[in-house]
Amino acid sequence: MTPDADADGGAGAAGVGPPGRPRIFLVEDHAVFRAGVRAELGDAVLVVGEADEVEAAIELINERTPDVVLLDVHLPGGGGQAVLRGVLPHHPEVQFLALSVSDAPEDVIAVIRAGARGYITKTISGGELLQAVYRVAAGDAVFSPRLAGFVLDAFAQGTGPDTVTTGLDPELDQLSPREREVLRLIARGYTYKEVARDLTISAKTVESHVSSVLRKLQLSTRHELTRWATDRRLV
Amino acid sequence: MRGITDTTDPATRPAPAPPGPDASRVSSSGGLGNASWDSYGWRGHGHRHRHHPLRLRIRGPIKRSSASRVLGGVCGGLSECTGIDVTLVRIGFVLVGMMSGVLVLGYAIAWLVLPIDNETSNIFSRAVNDRRGIRLVIAFLPVIVAIQIVVSVLHIGYLGFIGWPVFLAVALGILIWRNASEHERVWISDDVVPIFSSGSGRHGRWTMILRLAVGLAMTTGGVLVLVLGHTTTAALRPVGGALLVVAAIVVVLGPWWLSLARDLMAERQARALAEERAQMAAHVHDSVLQTLALIQRSSDDPQNVLRLARAQERELRAWLFEGRPPGTISEDATMLGEGIGLLQRQVEANHGIAVHVVLVGECELSDALRALLDAAREATVNAAKWSGADQVSLYCEVEPDTVMLFVRDRGQGFDPDAVPTDRQGIAQSIRARMARFGGTVVIRSEPGAGAEVELSMPRRQLVR
Repeated sequence: MTPDADADGGAGAAGVGPPGRPRIFLVEDHAVFRAGVRAELGDAVLVVGEADEVEAAIELINERTPDVVLLDVHLPGGGGQAVLRGVLPHHPEVQFLALSVSDAPEDVIAVIRAGARGYITKTISGGELLQAVYRVAAGDAVFSPRLAGFVLDAFAQGTGPDTVTTGLDPELDQLSPREREVLRLIARGYTYKEVARDLTISAKTVESHVSSVLRKLQLSTRHELTRWATDRRLV
Repeated sequence: MRGITDTTDPATRPAPAPPGPDASRVSSSGGLGNASWDSYGWRGHGHRHRHHPLRLRIRGPIKRSSASRVLGGVCGGLSECTGIDVTLVRIGFVLVGMMSGVLVLGYAIAWLVLPIDNETSNIFSRAVNDRRGIRLVIAFLPVIVAIQIVVSVLHIGYLGFIGWPVFLAVALGILIWRNASEHERVWISDDVVPIFSSGSGRHGRWTMILRLAVGLAMTTGGVLVLVLGHTTTAALRPVGGALLVVAAIVVVLGPWWLSLARDLMAERQARALAEERAQMAAHVHDSVLQTLALIQRSSDDPQNVLRLARAQERELRAWLFEGRPPGTISEDATMLGEGIGLLQRQVEANHGIAVHVVLVGECELSDALRALLDAAREATVNAAKWSGADQVSLYCEVEPDTVMLFVRDRGQGFDPDAVPTDRQGIAQSIRARMARFGGTVVIRSEPGAGAEVELSMPRRQLVR
């Protein structure tokens, strides 16, 4: 792992911003999958380290402060959330992109609420994964179709009679019509670019809508959010 | 009495009108009725669009619109053909129609002589060529003659006056009904004459009993009036004579009527048979033909061929001997989510394509939603077979009134207009299936840009 660390220093000095090569850290307990991701991302990113369990991951990430951490949701020793809790208080600038095999709702809600900037499944193609990494590195949110569907479901139809909100900010508990439209298209499998074309807005606007939804998802106290995650067992 | 004739006359005059001026060339749409309707229509918009005269450009022949229709789709067709907003056309029609009844007549004629946009022939030309329907109408002639005889004997003059108009109206109604397309028939029976469908509703038995009771009461009342109104039996003698004439007509024309009734029955059976065959073709296409295509594709993998053949055999047996139709979502599923899960597993197992499912909301499965799932499965299988993509997205959202379902792939795409209309996959398995329950289908695709099939099914079936 030492050569990686050296390379990391060099790249960091050369230029950090998103246009350059983002510095990636892999947290994943399957060695085969780690190798696969490395091969898929190739030279487009700089992998500054890997870890296969929670404690090592927290230590190394805090030490190397990568741009983006690719975080497996199912990790021995506390799961992905434990890593988020161990890093974000010290290094809020590190962005997390959660990866999972299952897309199970309880996984989605847990890591997003713990602070991940995006959520994708491992079936994602190499090109899409790279795009997701760039997007998260730039501070934007990454929603898989399933995550978009989940948010639509949890924030369904404004406020129903059994909607209990205890938050101080009611704005956080509702999606705007535009956000709903954007999410619906993402849930239908559209890329951000296609969403932008379909709604005749700029890709940047799409990103800001998605980021705003992510914020609501993380801060809302809407009961449905937690209830959805425990009630539903999708496929 | 004159009052009655005066009001009924204009209403029935449309009857002889169509066979008059444009009986010979219907498609030319240049008849008398159309001319008045056109001029009224244009005048209506001329006021609103005087500053945009170039907006009025004719695109091809006028056809009634099936997508934007309130009544017959005439306004929608007019707006599609001229580019004027459909709401403006409608407002114009209503305003001018209130001022002059001629426009109403013009609208009715336009409805008859303009083909709807997914058909080539119009109702009128079909009615003219409908020999069986015309025979049926002619068969009613002796009946009306008999009624006229009875009526003139009894000196009920006003009945004689309205007899012919009523006959013409009924004759027209029969011809229109027989020659309207399937969709328009649904529209007529649902919105125009709800009584047409009263026998087929859920409460058919009770309405039938009610109808019988009312009919009996009216017959008894009529006989009582006849008998009590004429104190001496001598006055009833002409009635006896009239009845004899009627009986003679029945004896002379009875066999012909019977053969006509048999003909109509045979026609109805033939139609039912054709429908059955279409459904069977859809089933076979969904199951056997699909499997054969899969087997051809995996001919170098004997294991796979064997598995496919076995599965198909099992499905076919279930269909032929247990009456479970293939290509449908199993009856076991009761919720939409379950059904979609089954669909996903079936398609992934049989076609080797990943199906990414996103479901928002949940509801119970009805027959209509099962049809929606069957159509969705067909769309997914199409994507697996033709698109070349290795994954397909299926998004389903339950809204208060409808269930929307999108099937999207990023494959090679196709030109939806270039698909031959007789191709089973889209026509029968998707469009017809959805239409049977009032659902709609929109297909968006371009060569090279993937394809998306949008299915929309109303949750509450319109049962009146």
